[in-house]
Amino acid sequence: MTFEMTNEDLMMRELFKKFTKNEVEPIAAEIDDLERFPAETVKKMANLGMMGIPFPRNYGGAGGTYWQYINLVEELAVACGTTSVVLSAHTSLCAAPIYEFGTEEQKQKFLVPLAKGEKIGAFGLTEPNAGTDASGQQTTAVRDGDHYILNGSKIFITNAGYADIYIVIAMTDRSAGLKGISAFIVEAGTPGFSIGKKEAKMGIRGSSTCELIFEDCRVPAENMLGSEGKGFKVAMMTLDGGRIGIAAQALGIAQGAYNETVKYVKERKQFGRPIAAFQNTQFEIANMKTKIEAARFLVYSAAYKKDKKMNYSQDAAMAKLYASEVAMEVTTKAVQLHGGYGYTREYPVERMMRDAKITEIYEGTSEVQRMVISAAELK
Amino acid sequence: MKIVVCIKQVPDTNEVRLDPKTGTLIRDGVPSIINPDDKAGLEAALRLKDQYGAHVTVITMGPPQAKVALQEAYAMGADRVILLTDRVFAGADTLATSTTIAAALKKIDFDLVITGRQAIDGDTAQVGPQIAEHLALPQISYVSAFEHHGDHAVVKRSFEDGFQKIKVAYPCLITALAELNEARYMSIKGLIDAHRTLEIETWGFAEIDAPVEKMGLKGSPTKVKKSFTKGAKSAGKVMEGTPKELAIAIVDKLQEKFII
Repeated sequence: MTFEMTNEDLMMRELFKKFTKNEVEPIAAEIDDLERFPAETVKKMANLGMMGIPFPRNYGGAGGTYWQYINLVEELAVACGTTSVVLSAHTSLCAAPIYEFGTEEQKQKFLVPLAKGEKIGAFGLTEPNAGTDASGQQTTAVRDGDHYILNGSKIFITNAGYADIYIVIAMTDRSAGLKGISAFIVEAGTPGFSIGKKEAKMGIRGSSTCELIFEDCRVPAENMLGSEGKGFKVAMMTLDGGRIGIAAQALGIAQGAYNETVKYVKERKQFGRPIAAFQNTQFEIANMKTKIEAARFLVYSAAYKKDKKMNYSQDAAMAKLYASEVAMEVTTKAVQLHGGYGYTREYPVERMMRDAKITEIYEGTSEVQRMVISAAELK
Repeated sequence: MKIVVCIKQVPDTNEVRLDPKTGTLIRDGVPSIINPDDKAGLEAALRLKDQYGAHVTVITMGPPQAKVALQEAYAMGADRVILLTDRVFAGADTLATSTTIAAALKKIDFDLVITGRQAIDGDTAQVGPQIAEHLALPQISYVSAFEHHGDHAVVKRSFEDGFQKIKVAYPCLITALAELNEARYMSIKGLIDAHRTLEIETWGFAEIDAPVEKMGLKGSPTKVKKSFTKGAKSAGKVMEGTPKELAIAIVDKLQEKFII
C-alpha cells in the first residue's frame, strides 16, 4: 500500500506544525505541571475548524479526511500529549459515533456544535468493575415513559467536567448480556448527572480525567444513540476509530522525544566530543527512527483504510499496539540518552515518557489489542 | 470598501543555507512562503474585511507555482485571488514588475492597495512605491499601524528613529511592515476549499494592457554589473591589558603587518 500526501494534506500538515510550535509547545510544560486543562488552545482550535476536521460541512465539520484529523493529533502530540488527547477523545469518541450512528435530529442538535468546536465531547464506557471486560456494565438505564433513568458511575473519563456532551454506555436489559447494552447522549447539566473525583495522573496531566455519576438521571429517549441493545456495537466501533487517534498520539509523542534527542546529542559533549559521535548513540538513533517510521506506516494505513471505508478494525489495533509500545520505548531511550538531565523537568523528555505510558493502556490495553488482532487471524 | 493586496512568494530565508564550496544559495528543499511584510499587509486587509466587510483581492506575479501563495491567502480569508504569470513577465526587475502589476490593477476596482515594504529575497522596497507612481496614487510606506475612518485612513509611518502619523484619503497605496500585526492562521475549511473548489484567475500578457517592451527582461533597465560572495574574515582577537600596554601591542601588530 502506498500513501501519497496531496498538496492539500501537505499544506495542512505545515499549518499543524506551525500551530503546535506557536500555540501548543510554549504551554506544554506548564499545563502538565499545574494539571491545567488547555481551554485556550481548544478555543483556538475551534476557531480554525480543527475540532471537526473529518465531518461534512452540513454537520459543522471542515469536510476533511480522517487522515488529516489524525495528522493533527500526531502533530499536537509532538509537543503535548494532553492537547492531542483532548482533541482525540472529542472527535473520535464523541463526535464520530454521533456521525456514524446518530439520527438526523441528533446530528443537527449535537454533532453540529461539536464539529464547530462550540461544544466539547466525551465518552463514558469504563466503570470500576468494567474495564477491559466492557461487557460487565453496572450502570443501568431503565425506560420510564419517554425517558430513560440512568443510575451508576463511570470512571477515567477524558474531558469530563469540560465536556458539554457525553456518550454514555449503560445496561438496558441485563438478561440480554452484550445485547442488553445501549448508548445514550447525555448533556452536561442534566439533573442527576454530576462529575465526581478528578484523577491525579502520571502523565497527560493537563487533560481532565474524572468520574461521571448518574443518580436517577432522566435522559430523553430520543437521546438514545443507535437502537436499544446496540450499545456494545456502538462502543466497540467507536473504539476502533478511537484507536487510530491514540496510535497517532503515541506516534507524535515518540516523534517529539526523538526530535528532542537528536537536538540534544549533537549539543551535549562528553569526553571532548558530542555524544552523537559515539556509536551507541548512533545506533540508538537509528533504532528509534526506524521504529517511528514503521509505526507511522501502520497508523497512516489504518487512517487511509478508514477514509476509504475499508475494514480497518485490525489495522487500528495493530497501529495502536505498535505505536504505543514504540512511544514507550523511544521516550525511555530518549530519557536515557539525555542522562541525568533527561530525568529533570528542565527537559521535556521525562514528560513525554510519562505521557507515553497511557497510550499502552487507554482505549484498550496492549493486551486487548493483541486479542483483537489475533481474533481476526484465528477465527 | 475594496482592497487589493499585492504579495510575493519568496524562499523562506530562515531555512536557506549557503553551499560552503560555491557560496551560492541552496534553494533545494527550501520552503516557499508569503513574504512576511506582504503577509502583514494581507492580515491588515482581512481585519478590514472582518470589521467593515471589505472585499479583499490578492494578486501575485510569478511562475505558476506561486499559486500556492494565493491558495494560502485564500485559506486565510481572501475573497478573490489573481495570478499574473506569463513568459513575457519573466526576468523582470522592480520597474518591469511594478509596470506589470500596475497594468493589472487598472483592471480592478479598488479603494486601497496594500503591498509589503520589501521582499526578503530582494530587499529593494521599490515595487510598492513604483506601483503608486504608475497609478498616480498617494503612497505611504513603512506602515506600522492602520486605522480606517470612512473615506480616509490614519496611518503610522515608522522610521528607525521616529514616526509620522498621516491622514490619507482613499484611494491610496500603503506598504506594510511585518510588525503591523500578527497574521492569522489559515482556516481548515479555507485550506480545503483553496485546493478543491478555488479557481485561481490566471492573467497573462493578453489580459493586461501594457506595452510588451516595458515588461520582463526587456523592460528591466537594472543591470547586474557583478556579483560576488563576500570572503570570510578571520576571527578578531580580543586583547586585554592597560591602555598603555594595549596601545603598544596594537602598534606592534600594525608594524608586523607593514600597515604602518
